[in-house]
Amino acid sequence: MDFKNIQAESKAQYEKRLNPDKPVIYVGAATCGMAAGAGELLKMLPDTLKTLNVDAEVIKVGCIGPCCFEPLVDIQKPGKPRISYQSVNPRKLKTILEDYLLKDNPHPELALGIVGDGKLDGIPLFFDHQMLKKQMRVALRNCGFIDPNRIEDYIARGGYTALEKALKMKPEDIIESMKRSGLRGRGGGGFATGKKWDSVRKAEGKIKYILCNGDEGDPGAFMDRSTMEGDPHSILEGMIIAAYAISKGKSPAQGFFYVRNEYPLAVANLLIAMDQARKTGFLGKNIMGSGFDFDVQINRGGGAFVCGESSALMRSLEGRPGEPRAKYIHASDKGLWDQPTNLNNVETYACVPEIINRGPDWFAGIGTKGSKGTKVFSLVGKVKNSGLVEVPMGVTLRDMVFTVGGGIKNDKKFKAIQTGGPSGGVIPEKLIDMPVDFDELVKAGSMMGSGAMIVMDETDCMVDIALYYVKFLEEESCGKCVPCREGLRRMKDILTKISEGKGSMDDVTTLEELGRAMAIGSLCGLGQSAPAPVLSTITYFREEYEAHVKEKRCPAGVCTSLITFTIDPKTCNGCHLCEIHCPTGSAKGEKKKLHTIKQDICIKCGICFDVCNQDAVIKK
Amino acid sequence: MSMVKISIDGRQVEADKGEYLLGVARRNGSDIPTLCHNDQVSPDGRCRLCMCEIRWEPAGRSRLVTSCLYPVDEGLIVETRSDKVMLVRRTVLELLLARNPEADGLSELAKEHGIEKSRYGADTDFGKCILCGLCVRACREVVGVEALGFWMRGVYKKVGPAFAEPSAVCIGCGACAFVCPTGHIVMSESGDERKIWGKSFKMEKCGKCGRFWAPKFELEWMSRKTGVGYEKLTVCPDCR
Repeated sequence: MDFKNIQAESKAQYEKRLNPDKPVIYVGAATCGMAAGAGELLKMLPDTLKTLNVDAEVIKVGCIGPCCFEPLVDIQKPGKPRISYQSVNPRKLKTILEDYLLKDNPHPELALGIVGDGKLDGIPLFFDHQMLKKQMRVALRNCGFIDPNRIEDYIARGGYTALEKALKMKPEDIIESMKRSGLRGRGGGGFATGKKWDSVRKAEGKIKYILCNGDEGDPGAFMDRSTMEGDPHSILEGMIIAAYAISKGKSPAQGFFYVRNEYPLAVANLLIAMDQARKTGFLGKNIMGSGFDFDVQINRGGGAFVCGESSALMRSLEGRPGEPRAKYIHASDKGLWDQPTNLNNVETYACVPEIINRGPDWFAGIGTKGSKGTKVFSLVGKVKNSGLVEVPMGVTLRDMVFTVGGGIKNDKKFKAIQTGGPSGGVIPEKLIDMPVDFDELVKAGSMMGSGAMIVMDETDCMVDIALYYVKFLEEESCGKCVPCREGLRRMKDILTKISEGKGSMDDVTTLEELGRAMAIGSLCGLGQSAPAPVLSTITYFREEYEAHVKEKRCPAGVCTSLITFTIDPKTCNGCHLCEIHCPTGSAKGEKKKLHTIKQDICIKCGICFDVCNQDAVIKK
Repeated sequence: MSMVKISIDGRQVEADKGEYLLGVARRNGSDIPTLCHNDQVSPDGRCRLCMCEIRWEPAGRSRLVTSCLYPVDEGLIVETRSDKVMLVRRTVLELLLARNPEADGLSELAKEHGIEKSRYGADTDFGKCILCGLCVRACREVVGVEALGFWMRGVYKKVGPAFAEPSAVCIGCGACAFVCPTGHIVMSESGDERKIWGKSFKMEKCGKCGRFWAPKFELEWMSRKTGVGYEKLTVCPDCR
């Protein structure tokens, strides 16, 4: 069957679902939704629908973004708009199904918004929500809308038209388009994609390898996971276009997905997508009748963070230990098995079809001077609205935190935002009006990284934060080069000392010196950027280090060695809550009388502080 | 191979294009310390002691590179002892001294760089191994056996035969012990027995002088590899 017919058929199928003759129920079933309880909902749906005697179609979709409102269930009745309901649990779902499907009460109070077109009294539009309004979805264009396991859905929304177009273009023109679009690698390095493709194309080799890096491992980052789970074909299409542009007329090409094994749903959905693409003629021999051959395999990462680094990833694919190597000879010349290799991140590939379809100038028209297009961020931490957001480059961090993120949880005070994963820096409030841009973030001592943004409030201790990241990196350092392997360990020791109130200002100086040496002396990006959390917290929050060292005090009340919990005799009403919850029996007292905390057995877990509803527990 | 002109510490020198910087610099009198380098095996860039600061005119922005791995090109300007270079070298030596205070030659090298004692303490549980990987590369590249490798990662990284058990493929040649810069790898011999990495080897007598000189397993392996008869291989290098 030719592409035109496949398209027509897919569109007809998809249109039918948009204007259904029976109710359609969409369940957000990406990992975030499943973790929030979507699995239970999916399990109860068939029985519930049977009891209600309703014939409805249930569709599992990927993550649409606002993870804080998961599980999300959307319901569309014939002739009505698609309504998205938030934080759905089995009881709520039953109520909604009964009242809306049978009695036509849409429960506007439970709804988050209307997805797509249409109006219904009392329910706002989904994309008018504060978290979504500033967004512009390019890489995430289909996530949450399509069933990731149906290639027809992807094709109906314009999928594989870019490939069809690209196969008729000259490879050089595709590369030129990528250059003009200004697309820079979304995995962290920010290298110009068109330039990379160009050098891999020009390099001589028996075969060209086209790799996709899906080994996303930054704490708090899940952009690539959601894309792989929710829209695997967009990545695949980008890879096929890359392979064509790089290898057509030069040498054969072979593709590899490198996906971390902790993403089982992403692996499953990618495998299904690859299978479908092969059957439909988008992958394998003679792609879309163009005479171009290309196929992709999937490799699962063994759980090492460092294997997200390009050269370590290639060693891992070769079956060797995941150790990076110096890049004086580029992977574009000698990469995987010493052949010219192109490695891009999931999100980079996902942008490619849109650039081909809408043109490089459209993409270059979005964003800032040096950073074009949009970027997906996982906005997490102490913000009200957490989840996945895709915004044009250049929005300010303030917009990210206070508009998209809806401000700080529990109306606490904003303290800092950490960008770029574990080896990114911490950006303080005074710099929060700076635009999100590859180069601006580097200037502030942080980096774009893969796009994790962790928001911190006044109850986060910066010494503790630095220690957390250094511990993570110490465990994940491959151990090849000395500054990273040994330096991180010593940084951890020193930070532990400081957090216990045993540090000196000389220790802070040592940290700075060690950090500078690691940044210039380590072999790979992991080691070179590893001191960033330490150096940036010292730069912007020196007074907190001084408080720990000189006053033996943790201003945020986090470092357990430096805080004590006591009970204010004036406020305690003897409600007994602290004693009930205290795990060590250190909070004690008779009912309706003053309670006290025995300091020698208190483990400073802070439960008494959290449960006291009189605010009588004092943390100092 | 075409020749290029580069500048090292202010001296104009010539080198083959693509030649590694470390060799060029050493040949021209620059004293660059290394712990993971040996001319007989491929460079790996593990110890970071050989780092040099490079830049190009007129762009001017300098950066640090591992000279053992850096291919030189026309117009390169190199400083082998800049402030940044010395910061990295001192840091590496101080960190290694804390990890392996007993390692042969390390405290002397540290002293040369002004480090008497490491601020980071002194470990006792890593022996003399600085994880330079010379043994792994010698075994793979020179001997062609691959009996050694790294396992685990980070601080817990270790070097040795697979699963830390006596290796089935080790031929007992001792190249690893020979190349080890810190004396971590111990090879002991008594009578007709050699022990290394927890494996014992029976030794062969030299056909002429009669001393035990090589493991039988090694000579068998050499015979298989080269097609030369075993008997012809039993004469020790001194008697050849």
